[in-house]
Amino acid sequence: MKIAVAGGKGGSGKTFIATNLASYISEKEKTALVDLDVEEPNSALFIRGEISNSETVYKMIPEWNGSECTLCGKCQTVCNFHAVLKVKDSIMILPELCHSCYACSELCPTSSLPMNPKRIGTLTHYRTKNLDFVESKLDIGEEQAVPLISRTNDYMNYHLKDNISICDCPPGTACPAVESVKDADLVILVAEPTTFGFHDFKLIVKAMKELGKRITVVINKSGIGNQYTADYCRENNIPVIAEVPHDRKLAEYYSRGELVYDKFEAVTAAFEKIYRYIKETLK
Amino acid sequence: MKLAFTTKGKGWDAEIDPRFGRAEFLFIYDEENNESVNIDNSSVSEHAHGAGPMTAQLLINNNVNVLITGNGAGGNAARVLDAAGIRSFSGADDMTVKEAYEAFKKGGLQG
Repeated sequence: MKIAVAGGKGGSGKTFIATNLASYISEKEKTALVDLDVEEPNSALFIRGEISNSETVYKMIPEWNGSECTLCGKCQTVCNFHAVLKVKDSIMILPELCHSCYACSELCPTSSLPMNPKRIGTLTHYRTKNLDFVESKLDIGEEQAVPLISRTNDYMNYHLKDNISICDCPPGTACPAVESVKDADLVILVAEPTTFGFHDFKLIVKAMKELGKRITVVINKSGIGNQYTADYCRENNIPVIAEVPHDRKLAEYYSRGELVYDKFEAVTAAFEKIYRYIKETLK
Repeated sequence: MKLAFTTKGKGWDAEIDPRFGRAEFLFIYDEENNESVNIDNSSVSEHAHGAGPMTAQLLINNNVNVLITGNGAGGNAARVLDAAGIRSFSGADDMTVKEAYEAFKKGGLQG
């Protein structure tokens, strides 16, 4: 069972909800927390464990072998991302732009573009007392998060299929966010009830509808801002299952890298509501 | 020598577009025969990725020797321009093509 914690706006509280929710559920059943925000993973600030497995993640990119190449230029014509270019008497590859589609390699009449692995990041699997925690981290300078998120999804599907997996997703509505909710049975949208938060919230709702995802909402920092988000959810029949109050004390714990799900009654109650909703919805 | 300018419009009085990859137009001037041509680059907006290399390719196809632009090309585009031997000069934002050409001749742009 896979639950994606997404939310559009950066700083709405995705990591806060994901780390605390996973820790709360882990006291009841087999749980995993998976950090899919591979460009800036930060769940590890809150979860400390022993490394049980780690791997280097690669993506496949073409490499030009000029000995047989006739410089026909087919490769650059078929590349949708301008990652393969004919420059004078050679073929130039821009690895950061390559989407590993194999078109240039497969369609090259002289087989001059064999595909080779290129390192893009790492995946680390930690074990804590109750929790499996997987963190993937994109190497500095890499532009594409999607292949690493995709590999992490595969890892989760294979190694953690008996767990409830809570995925901490990247912000925004672009390719990384879409890839990270791809396998999710339920997407929890963490909304910040401000005007700015509401703007990004509408975007992520639209993106999730387009993807046909089942969504539910947790309002974080409840009490600040305005009612736009709550009104919008009511008008559009989007269930708001819990609210976490805006409270300086929570922020203080968070800033020290500490979890709060068991420290405040109102917060524990919110996570219990979310947990119950997950159990009832995904029976 | 053939020079390419990134521009917001057409002709010598057009403003320089500070962007390279997503420049609206390219103004190409051939010093040898004193001919110029405007190229509409707006189709690049349909591409989410690789605008820089795409525009660099356009310069290669037009046998350009020198690029004059505002902010300068990004990493990928700069690599393509380098490989193609196209020299790049930046800092021409807020100038017209004519002003940028004169600044270039006086050595007033960043190479």
